[in-house]
Amino acid sequence: MSVLVILEERNGKISRTSWEAAAAAQQLAGTNPVIAAVLGAQTESLAAEAAAKPFAKVIRVEHALLAPYTPDAFTAALRQLIQKESPTHIVFPHTYQVRDYAPALATRMGQVLLGDVIAIEDGPVFTRQLMQGRLNGEYKHTGSGPCFVSVQAGAFRGSDDAGPQQTKAQIELFRPSLDPAQIRTKPGEPFRGSAQTVDLGSAQLIVSVGRGIREAENLPLVEELAKALGAELAASRPICDNGWLPMERQVGSSGQSVAPKLYLAVGISGAIQHLVGMKGSQCIVAINKDPDAPIFEVADYGIVGDLFEVVPALTEAIKAAR
Amino acid sequence: MKIIVAIKQVPERDAPLRIASDAKGIEERELQWAMNEPDAYALEEALQLKEKHGGEVVIVSAGPERVGATIREALAKGADRGIHIVADDLAARDALGVAQLLAAAVKPESPDLVLTGLQSEDLGLGQTGVILAELLNLPHASLILQVEISSADSPQAQIKAKRELEEGWFQSIEMPTPAVLTIQSGGNKLRYATLMGIKRAKTKELRTLDATSLGAAAAPVAVLDKITLPQKKKSTQIIPGAAKEAAATLVEKLKSEARVL
Ligand SMILES: Cc1cc2nc3c(=O)[nH]c(=O)nc-3n(C[C@H](O)[C@H](O)[C@H](O)COP(=O)(O)OP(=O)(O)OC[C@H]3O[C@@H](n4cnc5c(N)ncnc54)[C@H](O)[C@@H]3O)c2cc1C
Repeated sequence: MSVLVILEERNGKISRTSWEAAAAAQQLAGTNPVIAAVLGAQTESLAAEAAAKPFAKVIRVEHALLAPYTPDAFTAALRQLIQKESPTHIVFPHTYQVRDYAPALATRMGQVLLGDVIAIEDGPVFTRQLMQGRLNGEYKHTGSGPCFVSVQAGAFRGSDDAGPQQTKAQIELFRPSLDPAQIRTKPGEPFRGSAQTVDLGSAQLIVSVGRGIREAENLPLVEELAKALGAELAASRPICDNGWLPMERQVGSSGQSVAPKLYLAVGISGAIQHLVGMKGSQCIVAINKDPDAPIFEVADYGIVGDLFEVVPALTEAIKAAR
Repeated sequence: MKIIVAIKQVPERDAPLRIASDAKGIEERELQWAMNEPDAYALEEALQLKEKHGGEVVIVSAGPERVGATIREALAKGADRGIHIVADDLAARDALGVAQLLAAAVKPESPDLVLTGLQSEDLGLGQTGVILAELLNLPHASLILQVEISSADSPQAQIKAKRELEEGWFQSIEMPTPAVLTIQSGGNKLRYATLMGIKRAKTKELRTLDATSLGAAAAPVAVLDKITLPQKKKSTQIIPGAAKEAAATLVEKLKSEARVL
């Protein structure tokens, strides 16, 4: 067995989720070697950062056409690398970028990506969430070719701390052959959405509302709760998708990350994309009619019940206590 | 232009779930079914492009007989015709196996654009559209919120798509047609089917294709072995009692125990 882990860059450094993927790769490999790869037009400093970790080696996959990212260039380059190194497993962080090319890469090699994995057990058995986190599915890879796995953010404990490692991993340069004609999409520069006028990131108390509220007409219910608490109002994605609250109030992977003293989730199921944005909160309270809703996985306190009864009662109780 | 929208039928969102006795699926007997929400956004985008540029919106969906109802729903919202790949063995196929069915049905249509939702609400694989692009040898982009087409009527039609990145960032991606885009929710407002639309849908073409006629299914590579209930790792204090009582207890605990009020 040999495991190849693909590390991604964020703000000039190797990203946190990449270190988590490296931890997953290490767990999968046991005592077998783990090789790390970084991709880009200039990979020297990323490779040096990776080499401080106990990898068997670090490969710089370098080509001018690897920046900016395009699925065509990444797929072609990684396919060449995998053919050369023939790892048995390839591990990725489950980022937007990986979602964009890893399924195509696996297909091109006759394989299927096991995506968004939250646990790896002996076998190996790969666990991923089904039904928006309400169930888990245990998957096996049965193909004869390499096994492609991407791991969910936060599921494995990774760190950029190199530890007591004395020697540095050896660094190799790999230059894939890429042709501009292969690259069919033209990406533009990243830009921010509309101007942010609320800073949920610094709020101490947040009341957050999800699809359990059913209709925009019911929003005053949670607005009153927020007002009684002196809290900011936030929401899950569907509420903002529907235009019931502005997008700047969305919490989660594609919205804001918050860490208030109190996060009160009302009618929110607790999908992973929501949890990543709020699980650092000091105290999490969930109100949900479904006792098995994944939000209770991260909640400190929960009330299982109909929000249309619980929320007005809570607003009254808070007013009474003030 | 011809736009194909690949749509999946999934269990209704709030449906109570029971794991089937063989632990390889969920009990389907009492389930209600609905259109996968990101696919509904893909359909909406397709309908709006058609309103702007003319052409045809074709729905393709794979699954057992019940899937026909979801295709009709899309026709009622304004799609022109549907292709139902009749397959009772979807659960035994992996993402590649399902995408192969879709690709076989899409290819002879020679569409200008193929749209799918970015992922399904049941299996959440988030791969079908990207694999489809690879199988059809077309360029693709994922997590798309909005699509603009320039010179729609010419063979040089160009796509400019708004792609969502993490943490509130976006980028625009350009590519030629034909192409595959996977659509993220929230890029536009979903329409309801009108009574007239529902009536018209009954007379629209809905062709069935037998999955077995589309080539033998390859053995799956990613095999779902067992479905389990997630283990709770954290001990949540569930506060009992009727709403009023529970609310009062909660406030007390937030004050004196958690000390956050
Ligand atoms: C790439 C990507 C990025 C995403 N980014 C984000 C993001 O940034 N933020 C985000 O939030 N989501 C994001 N999502 C969407 C996410 O996967 C979920 O779909 C979403 O968070 C679900 O929102 P919800 O919990 O409000 O709705 P649902 O999942 O529909 O949950 C509603 C909950 O309300 C409960 N409920 C219903 N009625 C009542 C009642 N009367 N009383 C009490 N409880 C009730 C139900 O039991 C259920 O648990 C993203 C998805 C993808 C694929």
